[in-house]
Amino acid sequence: MSQLHYALFTGCTAKQSTPELLSSTLAVADKLGIKITILEEASCCGASHLQDFDEFLAHVLNARNICYAEKLGLTMITICNTCQLNSAMTKHALDTDPELKARVNEKLAEVGLEYKGTSEIKHFLYTLIDEYGLENVKDKVQVPLSHLNIAPFYGCHNIRPSELHEDANGHENPYNPTSLDSLIDALEGNPVNYESKNKCCGFHVELQANHTSEVLAGNALVDAIDNNADMMVTPCPLCHLKMDTYQDSIGKVMGRDVELPVLHMPQMVALALGCTEKEIGLNFHVPKAKHLYTA
Amino acid sequence: MSEVKDTRKVTIKAFRFNAETDYLPYIKQYEMEVGKDELILDLMNRIKWEHDGTFSYRRSCRHGICGACAIKVNGKAVLACKQNAIELLDLFDNDITLEPSSKKRAVKDMIIDKSDFWEKHAAIKPYVVADVDPHPAHETKQSIAEFNNFLDSDLCIQCGACHYSCPALEVNPEFFGPAAFAAAYRFTVDTRDSAGAERLELTAQPAQGVWDCVKCFECAEACPKEINPIEKITKLHNLQFEQGIAESNVATRHAEGFLRGMKKYGYLDEADIVTYSEGYLGVYKHIGAAMKMMKSGKIHWHSGIPFIDSIPKIKNLDEVQKLIEISQTNKL
Repeated sequence: MSQLHYALFTGCTAKQSTPELLSSTLAVADKLGIKITILEEASCCGASHLQDFDEFLAHVLNARNICYAEKLGLTMITICNTCQLNSAMTKHALDTDPELKARVNEKLAEVGLEYKGTSEIKHFLYTLIDEYGLENVKDKVQVPLSHLNIAPFYGCHNIRPSELHEDANGHENPYNPTSLDSLIDALEGNPVNYESKNKCCGFHVELQANHTSEVLAGNALVDAIDNNADMMVTPCPLCHLKMDTYQDSIGKVMGRDVELPVLHMPQMVALALGCTEKEIGLNFHVPKAKHLYTA
Repeated sequence: MSEVKDTRKVTIKAFRFNAETDYLPYIKQYEMEVGKDELILDLMNRIKWEHDGTFSYRRSCRHGICGACAIKVNGKAVLACKQNAIELLDLFDNDITLEPSSKKRAVKDMIIDKSDFWEKHAAIKPYVVADVDPHPAHETKQSIAEFNNFLDSDLCIQCGACHYSCPALEVNPEFFGPAAFAAAYRFTVDTRDSAGAERLELTAQPAQGVWDCVKCFECAEACPKEINPIEKITKLHNLQFEQGIAESNVATRHAEGFLRGMKKYGYLDEADIVTYSEGYLGVYKHIGAAMKMMKSGKIHWHSGIPFIDSIPKIKNLDEVQKLIEISQTNKL
């Protein structure tokens, strides 16, 4: 296998409140021999909110990010479901609407850029599965996760709308997703089967509809805990932030304890590959999580 | 040539419940040979005709146009009369359960009480509001572009698939839900209509309006007519700003406020978006979480100096600043 090389769109959270996401992603790539070039020019994707204020502007800014992956001639990989969705929505809109593409490129030309549509956009989870291969991941496991019941939490923006994502996510069935489950299997962990795995965490209405947000996150945490999960894992740092940071207030709304470590997908892989404690960064979690590091 | 197997022997599970006699719902199993051209509606007919005459469901047109037979199979919204059974058996490894669109609204088996759907749909005035001259001197003309603006949203058959897939609505019963929003959009952008501002005001209200959408895309996934209701929700958001109807509140500031950090750093300013959206008085709600984030290191300072330069800057930040300046079309 020739060396895989990707352009990494980090997103905002990996650069701010979840540094452990970035360090574990880079550690996993390093262990697996995947070359990563960070797109330091890439800006915020708008996080599914900016387009509510100004849809055209959101397309222009997302197209600019993609331009930098195109310049490198690389697939753009994401480590956040919402970055993935927003980038993919802009790509789809521009690739299917020549008039919009021309209007966006007219703006991009002012800063010397042109969106061409030559780079694919893929979440890191699916590059591990489709391009690196789970068998190859399995070969690199140093610390099998066989002692852990792991609840996969897929996050909406990697699996819906399925038509938009199907080429990038291996035709994942949004009503019965399997990718994270199979990754957990490859790391010799025990995937927890629970109904909430493909449901919404409520992150996006944290401010304006706090009760809705807390109940949705609470439902998922309770479901995972009641199915004997030792931890939850998610490919989306926004799901992580909602379900890790707010467990106290969620617990009050749900009227019960909802304490559960919520790991980023690359942190889980990093645990199994024997990355260092610092790279995995379990100290950055609000609920207790450091006990998961056993190497 | 190998023989093509036309049927598959499977066990179909179905949600059973009679609100008049049953304390709790239960699942019953029905064994049958399913043919390659059979639809979910055919399976429901066979349960009723061959197994149990009391099995109840709605059906009418059998052409995917009346919306009566919308149910869920393993959580996936389907129109029973359009959905091929083998396709679903393949999707779910031959293990399928027929369920009503909303279990908590079940009246009898697949039949649900849909009154909340109809009330919300009616509330947004899903019709053209116009003073029509009874003796018009000329036709009311619409260009193809104007017509195309609402063409896809006009395909809605009020089946409720999106409405009963929406998690926001399950938690917050005031929320209008995706079907009502798609209809609000459809009539608001119709050039013959004059109630657009009223609908935009109605759908801008906290709790009931578009700002409580959780962005899960369940509605886009559920719609059998590919209307993509969340796309219409985004358009309603934008129309609120375009027509000056959006008022400054926590939700609108949250959407607009992304630009504040992006202009300074290229990234979102995570702390500023909370303070700016909530206002200085509202921010107290987040102090508990902020303290925990600080303790765990989730809030930290890029520069190493507390409260100063907490965020890194992207490369070529001037490009983002310039693009915002020349591309921004809406204002709060």
